Amino acid sequence: MDVLGRYRNLIVLVGVLFAQVLGLAVQVKRTTASEPTRLIRVWAVGAVTPLEKALEWLQTSTGNIWHNYFYLRGVRAENRSLKAQIERMTLEQVRLTQDAGQARRLQALLAFKEQFISETMAAQVIGGSGSESSRSVFIDKGYSDGIRPDMAVITADGIVGKILHADPVDRHVSEVLLIDDQTSGVGAILDKSRLQGILRGTPSGELVLEKVMSDETVSPGELVLTSGGDRIFPKGLAVGQVTKVSPGSEVFLSINVHPAADLNRLEEVLVVTKIDERQAEPDQTGATRAIDILAERLPSVPPKPDDAAKSVAGTAAPGTVSAGSAKPTTAGPATVKPAMAAPGTAKPSTIASTAAGSDAKPKTASPQAATTTAAPAPRKPPMSARATGASAGTVSDASPATPANSTGSPVSKPAPKPVKSAVPAPPKPQPAVEDTPH
Amino acid sequence: MAITYTSGEQVEVYRFSVPATILIPLTAVFIQAWLSKRFTFLNIFDLPLLVTIGFATARRNPLAGLFTGCFIGMLQDALTINPIGLYGIAKTVVGFGASSLGIKLDVENSGARFLLIIVFYVVHEIVYFMIARGLVGLHMAWSWPHEFLSGVANAILGVLVFMLLDKVKQRT
Repeated sequence: MDVLGRYRNLIVLVGVLFAQVLGLAVQVKRTTASEPTRLIRVWAVGAVTPLEKALEWLQTSTGNIWHNYFYLRGVRAENRSLKAQIERMTLEQVRLTQDAGQARRLQALLAFKEQFISETMAAQVIGGSGSESSRSVFIDKGYSDGIRPDMAVITADGIVGKILHADPVDRHVSEVLLIDDQTSGVGAILDKSRLQGILRGTPSGELVLEKVMSDETVSPGELVLTSGGDRIFPKGLAVGQVTKVSPGSEVFLSINVHPAADLNRLEEVLVVTKIDERQAEPDQTGATRAIDILAERLPSVPPKPDDAAKSVAGTAAPGTVSAGSAKPTTAGPATVKPAMAAPGTAKPSTIASTAAGSDAKPKTASPQAATTTAAPAPRKPPMSARATGASAGTVSDASPATPANSTGSPVSKPAPKPVKSAVPAPPKPQPAVEDTPH
Repeated sequence: MAITYTSGEQVEVYRFSVPATILIPLTAVFIQAWLSKRFTFLNIFDLPLLVTIGFATARRNPLAGLFTGCFIGMLQDALTINPIGLYGIAKTVVGFGASSLGIKLDVENSGARFLLIIVFYVVHEIVYFMIARGLVGLHMAWSWPHEFLSGVANAILGVLVFMLLDKVKQRT
């Protein structure tokens, strides 16, 4: 008894350590797939996440007030820059749409099946694990919101991870295993060389692409995409970029990858709640793609009526009107397509004046109004018509008014009603640059 | 009269009120999880460990120290994806060691606290590393310079944390 009393502290220490080691051994031996969440985890998450949610809400609210009301410096310049970007992207989109249409026709011929993200859910990151050896975050959506384990988590930039725990006990929070955790694995493919490998995290939080044979050539800068082989992430989502290639162990290369999504500064993410797999059809050009869903869900710059009017008046100079600049301001949602479809047919001065007066009401909001303003277009000199048509050059071929422009003679009949057929796949208005007055 | 618990075995033994005993570790774990999400570099700090050492050295009771470490460690484990017990074991050892050392050494001045934190930080990391590699099979890298510098960073923060803890501890 004396010995027990003398070494009581040590005996208790050994007992507590032994119990924990035993607990560890049991946890390690169990398979994680069917393992229910430990009660202590539920308690800990339940104790910590309400505070995190409250702080997150406070931070977001403060941030919103700052960004929406006070921090508007540089918005005009940014707006101009974004409009210029739209013009460039419109051109590219027309080309890509044609390519995509061709690809779909070929896929349909070959009976290919494609994966489409049909449902996503936006969630906010509310906390992390607080440990270097465990790279996971908690999001504010859980089991009750339809979140289930192994769902993919992405951002507009690239993939983030997968749902690890979405427990019925703690219904409003789930844990996301980030792709840079050492227990994570993602099927990946190199964009150019089409080599497939497995993307893993390292203890130091880096991403490494494994299982690429050392006799293959991989160059830094190459994009890495999801291969779809893991049955979690749909094929073709951005993963990152190759930063370093070195000889690895055995016969494989060691390829370091910089993640496309900033995993250290995650705020909002999208959980892919449903993926459809269907056969490609030629008429699927308008099908919702992952990138469309992302564009719709992500936060956008709030519209400013004043800016909208002024910027259009400024950018839509006579003879220089283009699809990108005319689109958002002269037309409501219904007239976006015609404005894009036949940019050369709209009279710049009319557009500018109409848009400038759009504070009261959007005069060109109806297709008919758009047609009216588009009618005097042939007065434009042929060169400017060509120049402006260049922003959607292939589109203008579809417009009957274009030949009149090219000859310089006025069109005797009104410009055609805005129809969708002018562009194979009408470009969606980008939320980030929408200037339509409200 | 507030319910408190303390060892009461030694002179200069301190106690903490029940709210402080519960809320301080919870706050430390919360801050650790919340801040490290926003500022990744803060991952080098281990606030729960500093609280464990602070509580253990103030109470100077090995049993209280080891149970405090065990509780805080398991709470920290619960927020990670790793099995529960990794931090639990490491902090149990640290809690026991810090309180045992606190009985024999004067840990009231900042210099002693600074050295104590560096030593126990490294001990904590060694125990964690061994358990993680040996029992759980995690791939972990060990770097002495990194651990030492992290220890120094934690010691600087720890001296400040101990000053805050001094304000809430009560002499028995």
